[in-house]
Amino acid sequence: MDIPILKIEDFLVVTIQSELSDDEIYALQEDILSRIKDVGATGLIIDITALDIVDSFMGRTLSNIAATAELLGAKSVVVGIRPAVAVTLVELGIRVKWNVNTALNLERGIKLLKRLIEAERRGGAS
Amino acid sequence: MNITSSADIIAARGKGRELAMKMGFSVVDQTKITTAISELTRNIVTYAGKGEVIIKKAESETGGKNGIVVVCRDEGPGIEDIQLVLKSGFSTSESLGLGLSGAKQLMDEFEIKSKPGKGTIVTIKKWLRRR
Repeated sequence: MDIPILKIEDFLVVTIQSELSDDEIYALQEDILSRIKDVGATGLIIDITALDIVDSFMGRTLSNIAATAELLGAKSVVVGIRPAVAVTLVELGIRVKWNVNTALNLERGIKLLKRLIEAERRGGAS
Repeated sequence: MNITSSADIIAARGKGRELAMKMGFSVVDQTKITTAISELTRNIVTYAGKGEVIIKKAESETGGKNGIVVVCRDEGPGIEDIQLVLKSGFSTSESLGLGLSGAKQLMDEFEIKSKPGKGTIVTIKKWLRRR
């Protein structure tokens, strides 16, 4: 399955539209990273509104994508976590180890990305 | 249902979700059950390579309570120290180490039987809440 990666200004937006097999997840991870490099993206948004489950494997993968994107100079935000998924992730115990920025929806995700990038720019200048 | 690949994990989740929905579990409970199935079937694929999962309706021994029971069975390497594995954050693979402890946390009942070299059987149950 080819998952479209959209570019808006310097940000990439990836919308996961259905449950993915492991191979599809790994392929997506590679696609995202090469697109970040190609377009010099400074931000990445992964929209998981369509996912009705996020297990620890998917949680780890999202966290890995965010960590690798960061190494390439792009901040990441995961948006669209459903309430039932949020409850489940907390009970799974993911909160402790999950180092991922999240926002309610795409719009807030873009705002958060801008804030994160701005904060880093200021921090770097001081 | 046989579990040998990540496609089977997705299929097992779908089956669990469908039964949980049909039985009247809340969306949150459906999600918890489905996630627990995902964690356990992933353990089968990762550690044993193959195994099976049974997902069906359950009734409490004293009667009166209905729920869902999931049995995951494999003939893989088994587990040496079950207490250690059940500690949140423990993992021998690269996962978050939340698989078994997570599944236990998400369900109402959890039972594990394992023998090194013989395999593992995990049984989990979730009861319907009375309204």
